[in-house]
Amino acid sequence: MNKTVMYALLLAGLVVAPFVGYPIFLMTCLCFALFASAFNLLIGFTGLLSFGHAMFFGFAAYVSGHAAKEWGLSPELAVLAGTLSATVIGWVVGVLAVRRQGIYFAMVTLALSQMIYFFCVQAPFTYAEDGIQSIPRGKLFGVIDMGNDVAMYYFVLAIFLIGFALIHRTIHSPFGQVLKSIRENEPRALSLGYDVDRYKLVAFVISASLAGLAGATKSLALGLATLTDVSWQMSGEVVLMTLLGGMGTILGPTLGAGIIIAMQNYLADLGSWVLIIMGVTFVVCVLSFRRGIVGEIEHRFGKK
Amino acid sequence: MTEIFGVPIQALLGQLMLGLVNGSFYAMLSLGLAVIFGMLNIVNFAHGALYMVGAFFAWMLLNYAGINYWFALILAPIGVGLIGVLIEKTMLRWLHQLDHLYGLLLTFGLALVLEGIFREFYGSSGLPYELPQIFRGVYDLEFMMLPKYRAWVVVLSLVICLITWYVIEKTKLGAYLRAGTENPNMVKAFGINVPLMVTLTYAFGVGLAGLAGVMAAPIYQVSPLMGSNIIIVVFAVVVIGGMGSILGSVITGLARGLIEGLTKVFYAEASTTVVFIIMAIVLLVRPAGLFGREK
Repeated sequence: MNKTVMYALLLAGLVVAPFVGYPIFLMTCLCFALFASAFNLLIGFTGLLSFGHAMFFGFAAYVSGHAAKEWGLSPELAVLAGTLSATVIGWVVGVLAVRRQGIYFAMVTLALSQMIYFFCVQAPFTYAEDGIQSIPRGKLFGVIDMGNDVAMYYFVLAIFLIGFALIHRTIHSPFGQVLKSIRENEPRALSLGYDVDRYKLVAFVISASLAGLAGATKSLALGLATLTDVSWQMSGEVVLMTLLGGMGTILGPTLGAGIIIAMQNYLADLGSWVLIIMGVTFVVCVLSFRRGIVGEIEHRFGKK
Repeated sequence: MTEIFGVPIQALLGQLMLGLVNGSFYAMLSLGLAVIFGMLNIVNFAHGALYMVGAFFAWMLLNYAGINYWFALILAPIGVGLIGVLIEKTMLRWLHQLDHLYGLLLTFGLALVLEGIFREFYGSSGLPYELPQIFRGVYDLEFMMLPKYRAWVVVLSLVICLITWYVIEKTKLGAYLRAGTENPNMVKAFGINVPLMVTLTYAFGVGLAGLAGVMAAPIYQVSPLMGSNIIIVVFAVVVIGGMGSILGSVITGLARGLIEGLTKVFYAEASTTVVFIIMAIVLLVRPAGLFGREK
C-alpha cells in the first residue's frame, strides 16, 4: 500500500474518531502514543534504553497541572510550561546518563527518575498521594472553551500530530541518520569523527521534551496529575508499549500504546491481573516477538 | 546528655544501627546482583521480586505449615533458588546471544508477574511475621539499646557476604566462575559444564535475595510491594560501587545504609534521595563506579 494513502486514511480515522468512540479514552491513547513515540526515538533509533522516561512525562504533567490550576494559565501556555520543565530535566539527566552505555544507561536513568519520584512525593505543590485534581482545561488562546470533550480532543490531536511530525522529521534528517549509525555501531560512528555523546544528548533532550509534551497534555485532558505518572511502573509501561508495537518502527509505539491503554481500560475490574497480564506480555514479547506487531508486519510483507 | 552537632548521641547511634540493618539488606541484594551480572551479564530486575517471594515463603511456611524461622532460613532460599533455576533454564538461556538489555526487560516482566500474583492473593497491605522467641528483647550496651534480632541480621549477612566473597575469590570453584565470565568458550574447552554453572550461579544469586527476604520478614511487614521498594535503591548502590566487584557491592551496600541513617538524623527530607545524589556525583567523577573497572 502506498505510504501517503495509508497516512491519509489514518489521519481521516483520527479526525472522525471522537464521533465514533469515547473522546476521553481516545485522548488518553493519543497522549500515551506520543509518549511511546518519544521513547522510541531513543530505544528504536538511537539504541538507548531509558528506564526512567516517566520522570519527564509525570513531572511535566505536574507542572502543566499546577500552571493551569494555580496560575490560571491558558492550556497552550500550561502545556508549554510542562514541556519546558521536561526539557530542563532531560538535559540535566542526559548529561549524566550519556556517560554510560547499555545496561548502565538504563539503570542510571531509572535511578534518577526515582529521585524525581521522591522529590514529587515530598514537594508541596504535587499534593503527594492525592495528586493535583480537577485541573481546569481553561480557554485555548483565551478564547475557545475547552470544556467540551470533542474540542479538547482536537487540541490533543493537534499536539500529537505536531509531536509525531517532529519525530518523523528527526528520524529522516541527516541528524537521524547519525543516530542510527550510533545504534548500529557506536565505535565506528566515533571513529568517523562524530561527537557521539553530543548526538546522544540532543536525542535524549528531544525525547524527554516530547515525553513531557505528552504528559503535560495528558494532565489537562484528564484533569489529573498523580504519583503514578512519575513512578517507575510508568517507565516500564512505556517500554512495553514500544516493545509490543515494534521498536524502531514509526507507527509501532502508537499501536502498542493503543493496545495497552485499551487493555487497562477493559480489564480494570480484574485488579492485579492487569499487572500479571502485562508482565506475561513483556516476557512473551522478549522471548519470541522482539520485532513487535508493526515490525513483524513490515518484516513479512514489507519491501526489502 | 552527650550531643554531637546538636543531636543526642543515642538518637545518632540508633539511626546508625538502623542504617546498618538496612545496609545489610542492600549489601546482600547487591551482592546477588553482582554475582549474577558477573556470570550472565544481565541485570536481574526480578531480584527485588524474588526477595519479596523469599519473605512470603517464610510467612507461608510459618502460617500454613507451622515451620519455624530456622527452617525457613534454609527452605525459603532453596525454594527461591529453584524458581531461579526454572527462570534461567526456560527463559534467560535463550537470550544469551542477544543484546543484554533483553535480559533486563525479561526480568522486569517477571517482576511484574510475581508482584501481581502476590498482590492478587494477599493484597497490598503488609502481613506481620512473628519474631522467634529467642530474638525478643534487647542487649543493653550502656550507651544504647540494641534489639537482638537486628544484631543477628547484621552479623548473619556479614558472614554470608564474607563466605560468598571467599568462595568466589579464593577457591577453585570461584576460579572456574571467574574464568567463565572472562571467556566461556575457553572454559568449556577445558571440559567444564558452563551452562550448568550459569544456571547454578543464577540460582545462587536469587537464593541470596530469598534469604535476605526471610531475614527481612520479622523486621518489615511481609508485603508484595517490598521488592519494588528496595530494588531501585539497590540498583543505585550497584552503579555507585561498580557492577563487577563483589567486595565493592558489599561495602557500598553497607555504606549506603549508614549514610541513609545519618541523613535521617541531620536532614530527614533527603534520606530517600541522598543515594541518587551520590550516584550522580560518582557518575561525574568516576563513571565506572568506585570499585569498577572500565571495560
